[in-house]
Formats: sequence, structure tokens, C-alpha cells
Amino acid sequence: MRREPPKTAADYAPLAFPALMLIVFFVVPFSIMIAVSFFKRDPAGFYKPAFVFDNYARFLSAFFGEVLGFSLMLAVTVAACCIVIAFPFTYLLTRRPRRVQTLWLVGLLSVLSLSEVIIGFAWSTLLSRTAGITNLLVAIGLMDQPVALLPTFGAVLTGMVYQALPYTILVLYPALVRLDPTLTEAARTLGASPVRAFFNVTVPALRNTIVATLIMVFVFALGSYLLPQILGRPRHWTLSVLITDQAIYQSNMPFAAAMAVFLVLISLSLVGLTLLVGRRENAA
Amino acid sequence: MSGLSINAITKRFGDFAAVDDVTLAVPHGSFVCLLGPSGCGKTTLLRMIAGLEEPSAGAIVLDGEDITTLPTHKRSLGMVFQSLALFPHLTVGDNIAYALRIRGAPKQDQRKRVEELLSMIHLSGFADRPVTKLSGGQRQRVAIARALALSPKLFLLDEPLSALDAKLREAMQVELRQLQQRLGITTIVVTHDQREAMTMADLVVVMGKGKILQAAPPIEIYRKPADAFVADFIGITNLLPVETDGAGRSSVLGAAVPELACPSGTTKATISIRPEDVRLTTPGRGTLDGTVTFVRDLGGTIETFVEAGGMTITAVATPRERPDVQVGQTVGVLLPAENCVVVKS
Repeated sequence: MRREPPKTAADYAPLAFPALMLIVFFVVPFSIMIAVSFFKRDPAGFYKPAFVFDNYARFLSAFFGEVLGFSLMLAVTVAACCIVIAFPFTYLLTRRPRRVQTLWLVGLLSVLSLSEVIIGFAWSTLLSRTAGITNLLVAIGLMDQPVALLPTFGAVLTGMVYQALPYTILVLYPALVRLDPTLTEAARTLGASPVRAFFNVTVPALRNTIVATLIMVFVFALGSYLLPQILGRPRHWTLSVLITDQAIYQSNMPFAAAMAVFLVLISLSLVGLTLLVGRRENAA
Repeated sequence: MSGLSINAITKRFGDFAAVDDVTLAVPHGSFVCLLGPSGCGKTTLLRMIAGLEEPSAGAIVLDGEDITTLPTHKRSLGMVFQSLALFPHLTVGDNIAYALRIRGAPKQDQRKRVEELLSMIHLSGFADRPVTKLSGGQRQRVAIARALALSPKLFLLDEPLSALDAKLREAMQVELRQLQQRLGITTIVVTHDQREAMTMADLVVVMGKGKILQAAPPIEIYRKPADAFVADFIGITNLLPVETDGAGRSSVLGAAVPELACPSGTTKATISIRPEDVRLTTPGRGTLDGTVTFVRDLGGTIETFVEAGGMTITAVATPRERPDVQVGQTVGVLLPAENCVVVKS
């Protein structure tokens, strides 16, 4: 259905409330943060208004570069893992009877009600030496003695994928439900095995959905700062952890603001780049 | 036997038998239409032939090979879906070449075959267009070409023309039939449109409630319907009660039709007579007398509705033999015995 574009000012009225909310709770705080990022730190108090690039200059070091690189890599890995697990899962889920689907979705929604702290400590118990899953493996004779699986990169990744997976599935679900099941059937009548049909019909037909979901999980994972601390070593800490550290424990608001602005710019440019590449490929 | 044979196939969904003990032989190179109202099991039967549904019982044999449990992708078939199911992310050419690409055919062969097929469907030069930019009729042709890319043994179509407007649909029916005859490919079409079935098929299979009610050439189905349901489903018909007395004399709505032979032993039956076989005459000279209730003059044909003995009888005539009747007039209705078919009701 095609709707007429809004013409008069009154037509835009429904946008007024969300626009106001966005301005008050997003644009204004973000602007303040940008301003603060150019301020000077006052060791005695908080910060002094100024216009200096010191905070950004300090950021341009090998250490922070490495942390930024790690944060981006972690977020990309989490996003990729989530898609790889969630896409086939959701695809199979949409082919089950309605009742089964509802049960699974309710279960997944309940995971969303868990806070990041609870998820973190649950996994730290599960991966621990004393009470973790390795004890089970020992019990069934697969391992000689229980080992601690944390703090490791794998533990951080597991926790973050666990946390992001329900979101991924809930974003993919509507698109996969709407996908015409005869597309894969057509591929099968043309000689593609079910697995092949999945990879060269279902996946490409939903390319845009997959890219959008990747971006969403990427941004979601970029903001995670609790799980890396609970499940990882300091070298697994993300930029978000350092920002929290600077802002809250070091009271260096201008530097934290500079890092935050930088992180936003980097992730926005990555998202923009992905969309640009996608559009070019679609046009070709 | 060469061709497709379906032996006592049943498909149950829970307690419900969608297809109930169906046996059908489809000779090689013939065009079969599965015809019936929605929910009669025709699509389920087609999907079992394609391997997209597994039969609960029975066997499907293609050219002497039992393919009942063979996975879809190993059967040699091409299928056109009701939704067409063209791959939205591929161009026209890539859609048609899909089956060849899956089998790893060289790029050159793929391009050559695509060009061949595109010229067959009168869409030469469309290879690089996205399928989303095509009209309904063009998409239809692309779906047909894609299904035929590998010259399959079986060509299956599920309500292929239902998305097209009436004019285009009639044209495509003729085109599809001509294409099938040129290629000599065994074809099975599911449809609920009896005109479509009559236009295209060598053999029309009328289904109802999961069973085959009648399988015969179109004109035979039309002329000699097996039962009242088939008679009513194929074309327009008059279904009238007929009674036979002890001496074997038949009467319709109380008027004697002496030449009408009913199966012996029955006292009550139903006859089917096509509107074009019903003739109108002056009162008293026909089999029955009735009152004209409505005249529908469509230009090409004139339909007259006559009420007689509590039933409405429809008569169709061409303008040349224009019956000179008006609403309210009493007329005589002639039911020629040779055109009356006794059907199971």
C-alpha cells in the first residue's frame, strides 16, 4: 500500500512526542558529552570548561588502539556467532507447529528478563573448576579432573553470545516466518539438497535481514562492559570497561567522554560502510 | 510401463485422509489435469508426486522405477508453484540456470541453455533483469522455463495460472498446452478451473474428498459425467430427479420420457442434461410445461430459466436459434433422451 507523504505541519504532529524524547534524552546528553570531551580535567575537582584536544591525543596510543581493536573484534565475533547459531535455529523453529514455536519464544523472552550481572555470575559458576560443567564431564569419564574454563576469551564470548542470542532470534523470526516456504521447495525440485537449498536460497534471499541483524548485535555487544570483567582477564576488557573505569573510578570525565565519542564514531562508520557495501552489491 | 503410475496412494494428516487410496496411470507424454474444489486433495497428490510430502501408504512409480521414498532433489522433475517461487535475489537468467548451476554445468552451457529457454518463452534478452521487475505473465513464463531447464521427465504445475487476469490466463492455457505438445513432456497440472482443464488436458481427473471421482478425456467427462458432483463441477448442468415405475417407464418431474433408460432395479435416480441440449417449444409439445422466469441475453448465448415442477431448468441457445420467449410465458421443455445421462446422486 502506498500512502501519501505528509504535507502540512499537522501531518507531522505524531512525530512531536518521540522527537522531544529523543532530543531531551539523547541529543542533549550526547551534545554535553561531546562538549565535555574537549574540556580540561581538574584533578582537584571535576573538570573545567576549555577547548583542548588533549583527551583525544591521549587516546591515540598503542594501548588504547589495541583495546579499541579488541572491542571491535569481540563485537564482530559475537555478532557472527549469534547469526551462525540463531539463523539455522530460527529457520528450523519457524517450520515447527505453532505451539512449539510459542513455547520456544516464551522461553527465549524469559532469558531477556535476566540481568547482565546474573548472566555473568551464572556463567562464572558454570565454567568454574569447583562447580562447573567440567565436573559433569569427569563424572561421565570424558575428563580426568575438573578444570577452570575462566577467565578466558572463550568464557567472555560464551557469556556475550548467550546474552545476545535471544535478541538475534527475535529479530530474525519475523523475516523467516514470512519467507515463502515454496522457495526452498522450488530449489529442491530443481535438484538442490535441503542443506544446499538453505545456503543458496534461504540465506541469500534474507541477506538484508542478516546484515541488519549483524549490525544490531554488533552495536549491542560493543556496549557490554560487565561480562568481560566477570568472565575475562584484564586483556579481555573492552573499551566500554575502560570508559566506565575512567568516568567512575578515575573521575576523568573528559577522557571518558572522548573515548565514548570516538567509539560512537568508529561504530557508526563501520555500520555505514556495511550498508554502503550492501547497497552497491544490491545495485549490481 | 513408461510414464507415471500412482498405486493406491494415501496421505493422512492425523485422522484426516487428504488423499484416500488413489490409483492413477499417467501415460508418457500426456497432459493430465487434477481438478476439484479446494481441499479435495489434488495439491497433496501433486506434492507427493514431487516428493514434497511423504505418502502414508501406496507407491509412486516413474518409468518403472519406484520413486515413493526418493528425495525430491533426486527425482527428475520440474515444478511450477502457485506462488511461482522465483528466487528474488537472482536475475531471470540465474533463476533459469539454477538447476544447471546446482549440477555444476559449465558456464557456457548454462548461458546457451538459458538463451534457448528464453527464446522458447519469448523473453529473449531478459536474462540480466531482476525477476522483481517483471510483469505477472513474464514471471509465469520464467517459472515455466526454470522448471524445464533440465528437460525433466515430469512437469508438475500447482495452480500455475491463478495469479493472472482472465484474458492472460486463457492465452497462457493455450500457450502451455502447445509448449507441452511440442516438448512431449508428461505434465500434471492442479487446477480448480474447469475451463483450464478442458482447454489443456488429455485426461481430466476430477477429485473430491481425497478420492478420484472420474478420470477421463475432457469431452467424455463433460458428456458422460460419472456422478452428480462431477456433472455439476464441470460446466453447467441441470440435475433432475427421474422415477421409474415397475414396467420400466421413466418420468421426469411427473412427465414421461419413455426413451430414457434407467439402470434396471432403480426406481429413483438423477439425470444430468446440459443446458445446450434442452430445447424450448410451444406448450404441450415438449416433455414438460413450465414458466419462463428469467432470460439472460449475453449476446453470444441466450440463457432461459424455466420453472417446471418446482425445479428451475436452464436452457442455452445461440442467437441464431433464438427462442422467442418472454418472462412469464408458458413454454414446453424438451429433454431429448439421448442427451440425458443418468448419474449417481
